[in-house]
Amino acid sequence: MAENILQIENLITSFETEAGWLRAVDKVNFEVPKGETVGIVGESGCGKSVTAMSIVRLLPQPMGQILGGSIHFDGKELTKLDRKEMIDIRGNDIGVIFQEPMTALNPSHRIGKQISEVFLLHTNMSKKEAWEASIEILRKVKIPSPERRVGEYPHQLSGGMRQRVVIAMALACNPKLLIADEPTTALDVTVQAQIIDLIEELQRDIGMSVILITHDLGVIAQACDHVVVMYAGRVVEKAPVKELFANPQHAYTKGLLASIPTLDTPRKSELNTIPGNVASIHDFVKGCRFCQRLDVPVDELTERPEFREISSGHWVEICPRCFEV
Amino acid sequence: MSENLLEIDRLKMHFPITGGVMLKQVASVKAVDDISLFIRHGETLGLVGESGCGKSTLGKCAVRLNTPTDGKIIFDGQDITHAKPSKLRGVRRDMQMIFQDPAESLDPRMSVRAIIEEAFAIQKIGVRKERYDKVKYLLDRVGLPTSAIDKFPFEFSGGQRQRIGIARAIALNPKLVIADEPVSALDVSVQSQVLNLMMELQREMNLAYLFIAHDLAVVKHISDRVAVMYLGKIVELADADAIYKNPKHAYTKALLSAIPIPDPLIKKQRILLEGDVPSPIDPPAGSAFGHRISHSRYEETIGMDLSLVEIEKDHWVAADPCCLEEVDYQKASSLRDRGTAEAL
Repeated sequence: MAENILQIENLITSFETEAGWLRAVDKVNFEVPKGETVGIVGESGCGKSVTAMSIVRLLPQPMGQILGGSIHFDGKELTKLDRKEMIDIRGNDIGVIFQEPMTALNPSHRIGKQISEVFLLHTNMSKKEAWEASIEILRKVKIPSPERRVGEYPHQLSGGMRQRVVIAMALACNPKLLIADEPTTALDVTVQAQIIDLIEELQRDIGMSVILITHDLGVIAQACDHVVVMYAGRVVEKAPVKELFANPQHAYTKGLLASIPTLDTPRKSELNTIPGNVASIHDFVKGCRFCQRLDVPVDELTERPEFREISSGHWVEICPRCFEV
Repeated sequence: MSENLLEIDRLKMHFPITGGVMLKQVASVKAVDDISLFIRHGETLGLVGESGCGKSTLGKCAVRLNTPTDGKIIFDGQDITHAKPSKLRGVRRDMQMIFQDPAESLDPRMSVRAIIEEAFAIQKIGVRKERYDKVKYLLDRVGLPTSAIDKFPFEFSGGQRQRIGIARAIALNPKLVIADEPVSALDVSVQSQVLNLMMELQREMNLAYLFIAHDLAVVKHISDRVAVMYLGKIVELADADAIYKNPKHAYTKALLSAIPIPDPLIKKQRILLEGDVPSPIDPPAGSAFGHRISHSRYEETIGMDLSLVEIEKDHWVAADPCCLEEVDYQKASSLRDRGTAEAL
């Protein structure tokens, strides 16, 4: 089995609010093998972004805190590092692509200056060298005429181009791990296809691992090797991608797969739905949270279901109602 | 009464761009450029295209939220292209909109009751008690509990808010609903609930939808016919099954090939499009898509009539040598020439 570049064990991330500490990420376990792509899928508010931001410690401060568990990355324990050590890793060993390319870029600085910043922080390059390196990296993410673009401002670029710039910044120092948080959600399908292909190509070139966070199961199927399904702050199922799509086990995963219309679904037929809505984080029960959505009485949901490996690499939360043996 | 509920004829919507000290018009954004289409009673016309191609503008023109620069809009037999506000108010009873982001399209300071009742107030329908009963009925109809009536939008999840938006849209028994990306802000599991509701209401009330979206799988599912839009123009229009099984236009093919299929065993051969949609301020003189893919026959298309021709029954496509296969283009151009001859 391939070595893991990242191993997350029992991660707990909470937010302090007026109502007390709320656990957005509740004992999450998963790993990222070297050179492979792991997709995290789930509905908004399921904790997928918070998990990712916990890895690079970009949680909103001071409310967001990692309260337990470990994040093991490339021989280091990230939860034990101080702020300065974390800065060394962020942008250098771990690159991050955020969802909205307009807000991830500073509108008042030239593209080149923003990319140069990464080089100036993590390497010994001079300003001039960093500017040259920025042009090179823009060329690598296939921005046409990079010599001209490097001196432009974000508003002069289209959405797809801006996302390429964000990718260029994330990849500037050849990271070992790239975290892409909904990198294509704000983009059109045609541009989405370009970006996904670009990430795959660069991954092959520099051998990095990728965590791809998305709610689009199509993107997961096309781009990932492993899938982690999150629901209400927990991982309910994880498996290699082919196994998960061929043999989904948890009722939530099944419901999710059944409810997307594909080009083969008969037209105007009734779509499968998952009844109810995700409970608010204030009301999370201890027991199975998917049962909570399906209106199982709360007093029956006192015990957290065991997370067990049912076949090689395929883990499921074993809730008697959500998982049929 | 004609068979078509809405007819749009050679519609143009150009927005002026002003500049300089005197704010002279220096250019215009050709958001909708010479579009003709129709929607039958009770059918769904899907409208797809990339962001910035003008699909929302077309939707707004259809309900006259924009006054078009040129062309005609005929709704239910009446020409509403330049109708006065007083006349429009009557017509708008029959045409409603559902918006993309339910969080932003509902007034946060109005209760659900006030939001839905507003429609009756504007149209001066019913008295207080009748309105109240109707709101309760509508909430029930869209699958919300009656207790929702005195709550405010922030108390609901995204899917529930979109249901409120739908309740408001159907309150006056409209004939046409323009749905502008109604499910793209919703999670997958909630998206299917809302789509089911929309299909159910259509069957029951004989609603016609103009369904604007960028998710092609969703559009295919809900639509009877689909129009593909590129840079202010419709490039292909056909029965939903036909457009997906037998796309003719290169842009339609590229769009279809870009949809990620939720099955890891199928690795698709994607037609990768380089670049982005060109700016509608200064569109290429010839075939806009031919220009994007730098087609060798682009020069030919400058000044050419690229309007839609019916290449197969109910299957319309732009007669564009850059975007059609040779056989199709031969057929399309001969049809176009014949059409022009007849018109003369």
